[in-house]
Amino acid sequence: MWAFIHKLGSPKWFYGISAKLQPWFWAAAALLIVTGSLWGLAFAPADYQQGNSFRIIYVHVPAAFLAQSIFIAMAVSGLVFMVWKIKVADMAAAVMAPLGAAMTFVALFSGAVWGVPTWGTWWMWDARLTSMLILLFLYLGVIALRGAFTSRDSASRAASVLAMVGVINIPIIKYSVDWWYTLHQPASFTLTSRPAMPTEMWLPLVIMVLGFYCFFIALTLMRTRSEILRREANKRWVQELVTGQVVKVPAEEAR
Amino acid sequence: MSLCLQARQLACERDDRWLFQGLDLEVRSGEIVRIEGPNGSGKTSLLKILSGQLSDYQGELFWNGAAMNEAREHFLANLLYLGHAPGIKSGLSPLENLAWYQALSGESGNEEQRLEALERVGLAGFEDVPAGQLSAGQQRRVALARLTLTPRALWVLDEPFTAIDRHGVADLERQLVAHAQAGGCVLVTTHHELTASPLLRRISLG
Amino acid sequence: MPLREHNGGLMTAVKATLVRDLTLLLRRRGEVLNPLVFFALVITLFPIAISPDPELLAVIAPGLLWVAALLAALLSLDSLFRSDYDDGSLEQLLLAPQPLVALSLAKVAVHWLLTGLPLALMAPILGIMLALPAGSYAVLALSLALGTASLSLIGAIGAALTVGLARGGVLLSLLVLPLYIPVLIFGAGAVQAAIFGEGVSAHLAILGALLAASLMLAPWAIAASLRISING
Repeated sequence: MWAFIHKLGSPKWFYGISAKLQPWFWAAAALLIVTGSLWGLAFAPADYQQGNSFRIIYVHVPAAFLAQSIFIAMAVSGLVFMVWKIKVADMAAAVMAPLGAAMTFVALFSGAVWGVPTWGTWWMWDARLTSMLILLFLYLGVIALRGAFTSRDSASRAASVLAMVGVINIPIIKYSVDWWYTLHQPASFTLTSRPAMPTEMWLPLVIMVLGFYCFFIALTLMRTRSEILRREANKRWVQELVTGQVVKVPAEEAR
Repeated sequence: MSLCLQARQLACERDDRWLFQGLDLEVRSGEIVRIEGPNGSGKTSLLKILSGQLSDYQGELFWNGAAMNEAREHFLANLLYLGHAPGIKSGLSPLENLAWYQALSGESGNEEQRLEALERVGLAGFEDVPAGQLSAGQQRRVALARLTLTPRALWVLDEPFTAIDRHGVADLERQLVAHAQAGGCVLVTTHHELTASPLLRRISLG
Repeated sequence: MPLREHNGGLMTAVKATLVRDLTLLLRRRGEVLNPLVFFALVITLFPIAISPDPELLAVIAPGLLWVAALLAALLSLDSLFRSDYDDGSLEQLLLAPQPLVALSLAKVAVHWLLTGLPLALMAPILGIMLALPAGSYAVLALSLALGTASLSLIGAIGAALTVGLARGGVLLSLLVLPLYIPVLIFGAGAVQAAIFGEGVSAHLAILGALLAASLMLAPWAIAASLRISING
């Protein structure tokens, strides 16, 4: 178990294994997203109330799912980094943050666009959108904190702690915002919380959600790989990889 | 009981640069160990690791034969660390500063002890002046008063001679030797040349 | 030289830390007064910017008072660990043979005593100026007293994370404001419920629960963050 964890933690090993995994996730993501969008946009029936504008859920919902999952994944990576000092976990957390912020933004933007036909306005203080907005601020805080340190080691640790604090707070924030919303705007029309969606409508949604997850995994693997190369640039295996020959690295011999 | 602080295969990496690697080190009662090396060679980091502040290192630390994370409490109870900054609150008087340090280790102490310690470092008459009005050297002396006020076996001193005058330097040097002779142990970094002594040992970094 | 056994004395250390921080802050009264003046000033801005109409002000008063108090409490957070970091006593705090969790909790308690509590006591006076309906004044003070304690605890995590940064102030607000939202919702909600004559015990209970949760979890995060910051 220990040996396995530390093997997983070795950047070199991760670099190798991720190269093998990456194409599969890209392929799955492409397949699922193309199928899901075609089905959802062209073949699924129009909503009896909202007409065709409901189809934005095929972007909005997967993005919102991913936005929350990425924060959790980031916090878990942070925990793994703090407890077992596995650097790859921190590199993954570092590349996940902007990705999560982007997904949160996509969810917010698609929600706003959806608001025009449903509410007649670009923004409503809807419970979901408000929580999403707060989540965006949490992401921005993690990104800003990581960027503020000059020492990367401290930056990694600080960002990990903040991600963990954030992940404990997300459910609390979510419940309090829901509570606040029901108190102030009872029984208005909320996005996506609709009962009894027919199968032809939710099946493409499931496919899109899966596709987004595969896309996220593939992108995280790819970006973690380049992060590994960047951070390990003075290690021998990276230099050998890049130049294709055996190198003696002075940085490793000295001291 | 004598003390023994051991480090095995210590390595410290800060932002992809090895400060030191494969460092084996053992300090015992009756020794003054001076850590030497050019600027940026990791002297302060080594002292911080050895005093249990930095957890970001490879290798193992032992306190009297027990692994450091198990013996940490006992270790801290016998450690006196003075860092670059003297750790003196400018809004408090020297007496109040010392009272807090005494209480931090769980002793209430009394005023006489603190007055005596201040007198020992030549600050008699400055007991109730806000530390902010003291010079840098005098503030450093307040911090050094802790050496006599709260006796600890292991002293880890990072540049303790900074800002103090020649007379004070000689005094402190005598104090270090006396501490080692009494069975204590001193780990020190300094740019000041220490008088040769059979108790003095040097460790070079970088 | 004989080795010592660690002989407890946690209460001595915590008490001394409380006394030390209280003394320091009371000697620099400006730092205690500034958040209060800021609170009063921000509250003055609203009638000027919106309208002096008491009916309109009464509607928005609970929210205004809570938001202004929250910002005032935030204002003094940056200095919570800053001077200790600068003069090296934070290192010494970390090396004390006492649990850092308890010592940092003592520091946060002082912050609340000299920031949150005075803000809570001052809020009813500003409430009069905003034509806050009668009957909600006690709830306003109580909700602020409870809520600012959570704010101090949560904020101290941010303060500990940013203490090693030269300009951590703005970043600190960015980090902790999103985390303040649940406290704000239930704090302002309590005052509003009192105005509408609804039961306020549920709100206050939730504020209490948030405080209990912060008390349990935040000190650990504060201690961990301080250790990170001291590593530079």
